[in-house]
Parts: sequence; C-alpha cells; structure tokens
Amino acid sequence: MSVPLALLGLLEREPSHGYDLKRDYDTFFGRGKPLPFGQVYSTLGRLARDGKVTAGQSEPGDGPDRKRYAITPLGTREVEAWLAEPVAAEPYLQTVLFTKVVLALMLGRDAAGYLDLQRATHLRRMREFTQIKQNGSLTDALLADHGMFHLEADLRWIDVTQARLGALAAMVRNS
Amino acid sequence: MIIEARELSRSYGNTPALREANLAVRAGEILAVMGPSGSGKSTLLHCLAGIFTPDSGEVWFRGRRLDTMSDARRTELRRTSFGFVFQFGQLVPELTVADNVALPMLLGRTRRRDAYRRAGEWLERLGLAELGGRRTGELSGGQAQRVAIARALVTGPRVLFADEPTGALDSLTGEHVMELLVGLAREEGTTVIVVTHDARVAAYADREVIVRDGRVTDPFAGQVAR
Repeated sequence: MSVPLALLGLLEREPSHGYDLKRDYDTFFGRGKPLPFGQVYSTLGRLARDGKVTAGQSEPGDGPDRKRYAITPLGTREVEAWLAEPVAAEPYLQTVLFTKVVLALMLGRDAAGYLDLQRATHLRRMREFTQIKQNGSLTDALLADHGMFHLEADLRWIDVTQARLGALAAMVRNS
Repeated sequence: MIIEARELSRSYGNTPALREANLAVRAGEILAVMGPSGSGKSTLLHCLAGIFTPDSGEVWFRGRRLDTMSDARRTELRRTSFGFVFQFGQLVPELTVADNVALPMLLGRTRRRDAYRRAGEWLERLGLAELGGRRTGELSGGQAQRVAIARALVTGPRVLFADEPTGALDSLTGEHVMELLVGLAREEGTTVIVVTHDARVAAYADREVIVRDGRVTDPFAGQVAR
C-alpha cells in the first residue's frame, strides 16, 4: 500500500485535516495497522513540498496540526495515473513453496505430506477469512475476498503440483 | 463419533476407488472431504450414507453397523436420519417447490397437512416462502439448491451429506447457499459431510480431510503447521 498516494486520493475527495485523513485511512485501509500520526504529517509535508497538496493557514484549536490540506492539479494527475496503472502480477508462491517442494524431492523427504500440510494451513486461513466475511462489514468482506482469491490461486497451484509430483521428482533426480 | 468408516474398500471392476479408508466424524461437526477428481471422495460419501455397500470394511452410525443392515433398514435410515444435497438434479421437476420439500415426510408416515406445514416453515427459513407454488423447473440454480437444502433438513436428519452442493452455481450464489446450509445445520445440530473440490466451500467446514488414491488423510493429524 502506498501511503502517500492513498492520502492524496482521500484528499481528492475533499480537503481535510491530518487527523481526519488518518481516521479515514485507518477505516478503509488500515486493517488493524493504524497509520502513525507522525507518518501522516511527514507524508503531508513531503506532498506539500512536491507541490501535490497545499496546506492552509493554521486554525485555532487543540491538537498538533490544525491545517487543512487540499490536493493540487499535480496531485490529482498523480492519483489519476496511479489508479489507471495495474499492479504488477507477482508469482507470490514460486519462491518459497516451489523451493520447498523441489528441495524435499531432492532430499528424499515427504513433498506430498508437505503440500498437504500447506493446503491445510491455507484452508485454515481461508476459514478465518470466511468468518470475517460472515461477521464483518462489506469493506471487511471485500478485503477478505481479495485474500481468499489469492489463497485459492495458491491452492490450485498446490493441487496441480501434487498431481505432477511424480514427474517433478523424476526431473529433480535426473538433473 | 456419530459416523465412522473403518478400513473401507470398494472397487469398480478392477479399479479400486477406496483402499482401507478410515474416517471418524463427531456429532455436530461440519467436515469437508476434498481431493482430486476420481480420488474416491464421492464413493466414500456414498458408502457412509449407506447408498453403496463397501467390498470390505465397516460403516458405523451411532453405534450401529450400517453396511450389514438389510436394504429395507438402510432405506429407512436414509429417510429418517440422513439428508442429501447434490450438485443438481435432485428435485422432481413436475412437482411444486412445496411438494418437493414435503416429499420426504409424505413418503414416511407424516400426515399431509403436517408435512406441508413443516415444508412451509422451512421454505420461510430459506427465504423461499413465496415460491412454494412454483414448479422446480422454473427456479434459478441458487433457488433450486435452497429448496434442496430445505428438503434435506425438513426431516431433522442427524447427518447431512452434500456432494459438490455449489458446483453448478456462481461464486456469490454458492457462498449464499453455503452460508444457509452451514448456518441452519449448526442451528439444528446436524452433522454435515460435504464433498467438494472448492476451497471456498471447504472454508465453511470445521476441518477437512483429503482423499487421495482411495485413502483418507488428515493433514493436521500428528503434525503442526509451520
């Protein structure tokens, strides 16, 4: 998650104080990992320096920063470009799971057992997501869905690898 | 344990489908049976439900041996103690929704009026009260599966067997069907054994076992995931 771009996006919606931005960020994107105030203000400072937001005059009141921030046309263009750009499709599993399976086969260990255990671990996590979907808000459900679809992709990979384990073992032994 | 398979084997001709498979299911548990196509998971379900007789091994249901019962006794048990939900094709298209749900009770000795009253109550629980007079051929896939759930649970079964219950549905409809199935089963204390290859369906279960080459494995038995 890019914090500067997320804050810029929230500012494109409407000018806001740092406190309000933090609250909205935590509500929509924080998911149990709230954004520290210090990071909010340092990010806003950098965005102002780069001409992507403007900071209004300090307003009277309590709190560390009573400035209202507004997005500039440059900031808006950056948000627009970011939202139009797809995220790189990364093969999440390849590095760890594939390495473990190949090494297990290479070392004569139980690769099928490992894959079964990995599947069960993934399913356990999917069960947690399912609980969130049943008991949480629509935002929670959509984020849980995202996590579940990624896990599902892993699970399909696990199933296909399990089906090809014999061929993979032969290849590993012969190379 | 409410239902148990001990060393079950069953072949189709020379092709073994189950090879000394073992499985024990606790009362009230929701269990997912997973595995690749042709691994034997549906055969296991059918043996547990008394639809198939194993070549060897034993099936126990609430302390009674199921596989050696007479056909008549097993049929009776399936009608009174078991419920079934399949992927599709389980409803009688010529009958109305209410007729389909009332059918298991009408086949028993429940009075017609009572059968339709209970069918109506279940249709209401599944949000289908207004569809009672429709023929099942007119229903969407999701509605048909909800009717199938009502019909499976209307007799108050101890165990509900489901074989790919969402296999013909889109993701969202499938989730809705699973939420209803699992939610109602928990309310009723019904044990559920669901055969699926879909991880999202298995995620509704309390645990899962894998059937591979006719054998059942419980990945967490004796191991801790790291």
